[in-house]
Amino acid sequence: MVIETKNLKKKYDDLVAVRGINLKVKQGEIFGLLGPNGAGKTTTLMMLATLLEPTSGTALINGYDIRKQPDKVRRQIGMVFQDPSSDDILTGYENLRLHALMYDVEKSIRKKRINEVLRMVDIYDRKDELVRHYSGGMRRRLEIARGLLHHPKVLFLDEPTLGLDPSGRKQAWGYIEKLVQTEKITVIITTHYMEEADKLCDRIAIIDFGKVVAIDTPENLKKQIGGDIIKIKSDNVNVQGIKKLKFVMKLKQIDGFTQITLKNANEHLQEVLAIAGKVDSVEVHSPTLDDVFLHYAGREYREEGGEGGWADRAMTYQSRGR
Amino acid sequence: MSELTGIYAIWERELRVFYREKSRIISSIISPLFWLIIFGSGLGSSVSISGTNYQVFIFPGIIVMSCLFTSMFYGVYVIWDKKLDFLKGVMVAPLKRSSIFFGKVLGGVTDALLQATILFILAPFFKVHLGWNLILIYIFLFVLVFGLVSLGLIFGSILESPEGFGLINSMVTFPLFFLSGALFPLSNLPSWLTIFTRIDPVTYGVDAIRYLMLGNGTFSLVLDMIFLLLFAAITSIIGTYCFKKMRI
Repeated sequence: MVIETKNLKKKYDDLVAVRGINLKVKQGEIFGLLGPNGAGKTTTLMMLATLLEPTSGTALINGYDIRKQPDKVRRQIGMVFQDPSSDDILTGYENLRLHALMYDVEKSIRKKRINEVLRMVDIYDRKDELVRHYSGGMRRRLEIARGLLHHPKVLFLDEPTLGLDPSGRKQAWGYIEKLVQTEKITVIITTHYMEEADKLCDRIAIIDFGKVVAIDTPENLKKQIGGDIIKIKSDNVNVQGIKKLKFVMKLKQIDGFTQITLKNANEHLQEVLAIAGKVDSVEVHSPTLDDVFLHYAGREYREEGGEGGWADRAMTYQSRGR
Repeated sequence: MSELTGIYAIWERELRVFYREKSRIISSIISPLFWLIIFGSGLGSSVSISGTNYQVFIFPGIIVMSCLFTSMFYGVYVIWDKKLDFLKGVMVAPLKRSSIFFGKVLGGVTDALLQATILFILAPFFKVHLGWNLILIYIFLFVLVFGLVSLGLIFGSILESPEGFGLINSMVTFPLFFLSGALFPLSNLPSWLTIFTRIDPVTYGVDAIRYLMLGNGTFSLVLDMIFLLLFAAITSIIGTYCFKKMRI
């Protein structure tokens, strides 16, 4: 196990952000922490990165205890923060040089390694430009390059695509997948995008209100739903009638929606609708992680607009008082 | 060795930033020149102090003033580093907090001494002639500025906003400046004022540098150095502690 958390908890004065998380992450995995904003994903990551002291519990990273050996832990990890943390008045190369020095990357290989990671994320051609002239996507890639510079065992990515447009997001996924293959490292990624977790992660922990509600591969999680899903919007559905149908496995009513889990939805749709009565709208699909979240958390998953995410911050603090 | 490399890394970054932000260098040179040219020659036309022209008399004081303002103001960049999240990236590196602090201090010290150097180059225009004493002047300035930068960084690490920093900074910097004897001799002051001038660490910097430049001082150089070292030691110990406790 590269990472093992033991009942990790974080309490603030009037708020419990993380309520005891137990995880085991294997070498070479892309492991996702998925949950809505405020679920405690970033708090968990910050504790693992030794930037936040846990209230109780601990974690081992590559065998080192985050509370007792924070300096050793920091050598094992690379971190890509939610908000851009490169200095925008330095060039891309200078930012990486700063970090190479801080991590004491050996002088003989320093330059070579910096150029290597710059090429990996395709910003080698613009390495001598000031970071303030980079696009949002490039800044993100620079951060990823920086996280990899010192050959960490584990790379933490906190909402790596927050604030990127859909094409930028797809591109970022491509880079992350490529890096994992070339660098052979373990990646922990937090995200509130279902699609991202589904696409990138080998295993996912679904987190809600500071607790892990499910851990498995995306496929298995979806399989646990057991069948297809028909989602009906209507104020007045004949619930009893539908429940009596043999092929219906489960029925849940949430926020004016009726969600029916069943085998072969396409075949049985007519029958269900005939019994349901008048409906406003109908949706049929195979299970997605949204359904998984609903299943475990007992409420609808909402992708909120980010918590003043890195793009907003980048806009706000574009210039400093220097 | 890795801690030394780390200190060097932080220092190098500060220097690059300083070099790129030309406005910082220019503005920090302009204001002492205003003091020297306008205030110095204005008051100097009717005032001289124990036989020394007033403009010449305040030259050492204005050098120290330039260092004082630059050093204290340097603390605000920590707040910007926090706001820009740059500091998180530094904090997650396997460097001791004290190394980060000392890297920052050395960056600020370099900034201040470079500015002093520009003023030294202009010294002949103000009829101040520097000899071999310049080496000693640099040593005294280094210790003084080390303490002042540390003090600025203490405020920077505690405070959250640049506005708050500006307020605290002027509440501390101006008294430090006016009580230091940069603009007037320390002899013949009313006793209540003397007490305040004696607890101002900048006083000992001005005194030493004025003695080394013009030959008149109130205290001995040894006493000046002892107070300056004490000041630098105390502020850097507190500063290191503040960096350890700093919220990012």
